[in-house]
Amino acid sequence: MQESALFEYVLRLSDDSLILAQRLGEWCGHGPILEEDIALTNISLDLIGQAISLYDFAADLEGKGRNHDQLAYLRYENEYKNVLLVEQPNGDFAMTILRQFFFDAFRLPLYEALMQSPEEQLAAIAAKSVKETRYHLKHTSEWVIRMGDGTEESHQRAQAAIDHLWRYTHELFYEDAHDQSLQAAGKVPSMAEIQAKWMATVTSILQEATLEIPKNNWKFDGGREGRHSEHMGYILSDLQYMQRAYPNMEW
Amino acid sequence: MSTNEWPLWEVFIRSKQGLNHKHVGSLRAPDATLALENARDVYTRRSEGISIWVVESVQIHATDIDEAASFFEPSDTKIYRHPTFYEVPDGVKHM
Amino acid sequence: MTQAEKEIRFQEKIDREIKIEPNDWMPDEYRQTLVRQISQHAHSEIVGMLPEGNWITRAPNLRRKAVLLAKVQDEAGHGLYLYSAVETLGTSREQTIDDLHSGKAKYSSIFNYPALTWADIGTIGWLVDGAAIMNQVALCRTSYGPYARAMVKICKEESFHQRQGYESLMKLCSGTPQQKAMAQDAMNRFWWPALMMFGPSDADSTHSDQSIKWKIKRFTNDELRQSFVDATVAQAEILGLTIPDPNLKWNEARGHYDFSEINWEEFWQVVKGNGPCNKERLAARVKAKEEGAWVREAATAFAKKRAMKKSA
Ligand SMILES: [Fe+2]
Ligand SMILES: [Fe+2]
Repeated sequence: MQESALFEYVLRLSDDSLILAQRLGEWCGHGPILEEDIALTNISLDLIGQAISLYDFAADLEGKGRNHDQLAYLRYENEYKNVLLVEQPNGDFAMTILRQFFFDAFRLPLYEALMQSPEEQLAAIAAKSVKETRYHLKHTSEWVIRMGDGTEESHQRAQAAIDHLWRYTHELFYEDAHDQSLQAAGKVPSMAEIQAKWMATVTSILQEATLEIPKNNWKFDGGREGRHSEHMGYILSDLQYMQRAYPNMEW
Repeated sequence: MSTNEWPLWEVFIRSKQGLNHKHVGSLRAPDATLALENARDVYTRRSEGISIWVVESVQIHATDIDEAASFFEPSDTKIYRHPTFYEVPDGVKHM
Repeated sequence: MTQAEKEIRFQEKIDREIKIEPNDWMPDEYRQTLVRQISQHAHSEIVGMLPEGNWITRAPNLRRKAVLLAKVQDEAGHGLYLYSAVETLGTSREQTIDDLHSGKAKYSSIFNYPALTWADIGTIGWLVDGAAIMNQVALCRTSYGPYARAMVKICKEESFHQRQGYESLMKLCSGTPQQKAMAQDAMNRFWWPALMMFGPSDADSTHSDQSIKWKIKRFTNDELRQSFVDATVAQAEILGLTIPDPNLKWNEARGHYDFSEINWEEFWQVVKGNGPCNKERLAARVKAKEEGAWVREAATAFAKKRAMKKSA
């Protein structure tokens, strides 16, 4: 039970990283200015690196001889367990940065907590990833503040992105029986604890940015259970194209 | 023209402890905070540094190229500032 | 000092391999030639991100995805180093980019060819970056200091580009017949455009002589093209790929490979905007700039507000 719970837990982390990296990769060559094109690509690269380590660990836990590529590339849509937030389209720069900001503000306290996990490999991955994530959060926060407190147009765009993405944020703190068994064993933090930290970060940055937390608390979820948005199929068509079109070949 | 172009910044990087910051290039950024972050992403993708300085290019004051002769040539004749100007006997050590 | 005397002193410096630095006196034409050449080079790095960038989401495994992303990102860095070198000559990045978008400035025509299969990605790394490196290594000793320094940095980063491409093709060529065929098909499509990257033949090159004299260019187009062919033949043999040129053969007397005449009609057509992807490439760059305008404005406005708060 514990093994499969941990597998499920790590798979969620992996899928979040992979799908978000895939989205950020779409920006490469199209950023608003060269410097920021490079910055977004760096975040994407960090996330791919995290995904590789996490899938490797998941593959070990599963013990069926699959490798990180088989996990990343050869599952059906309903077997991907990423949150809906990360599969949302890039939209404009505000949408991309806010999506990333909400994600980073969640990932940072999560990794910080996982560094203390008695699951050594998980703790090691968290320790490496926490530094990357801290930088991502710093960079996205800087941009949220600049957009919010920049021009009227940038303020509107940033607020529109928040209003749109807010409904996807609460799924970040999804919990089910897997989480509860891992929490009981002291291996992973409670999501309530992470959510409190997330909320503190979000509140303070949005305040500095003169942006508002939406009043409408309508929530979307399903990703953690494999029910995705319409976007997911297209993401996977790109991601899996080579593996599906040319099965069983090495690249 | 160039209404909204971000200012130009010069980037200096200390590649390791004990060395000077060295000019590596420039970039555009709206302010110092993002200039540092951009410099990190642009100029240290391969672990080239442990410390970064950025200076807005307009803040740099340089010697005038037309005065180069009066600025630098006088020191060419002050060879007595260089240690090899002085002869010491072969037996003298640690000098 | 008269203009003529200045020019003589300038040429003497060049002849003695003394680098020219931004504030040094230089002939107007030297400056213009540099601005044209470096900005063309910068644009090539940036537009060059697009054909490969198209494959980032489709890379066949995670390692290849990371490598491709890092490679394309490097090209953004190269563009940035080179735009900075142009700025030292008194032309702002925005001006330089506007010249690209208005069609006034050119970029390497290779990037107007489509990347159709995964094998194209390996082939671009091997042949296109390979040809670029041939050019760039020579430019590390160019007479203009900031350009030479940018080239040194770029060359250091480029070596991984060509190697990752070659390694990727090795995988294909030692894989299934289908993969091998994919590699050969990419070779067939990219060989000639890669040779065209060195520009018009010396006989038709308008700027060549003066650029050599000023040591902006250290070798002629045809010399570099020949070196590239000579270096590439053996690499193709190891892959087991056939170079699509029936006249390619070793010439003992010259000590070089002979090869067929390039299709110059195609070369000039693509340069003039009639390649398979010219319109898409430029449109993508213009779109990025236009859609990014509000972002750049926002950051500027924010910086002003903060500066005002500070001084208040
Ligand atoms: Fe490059
Ligand atoms: Fe390259």
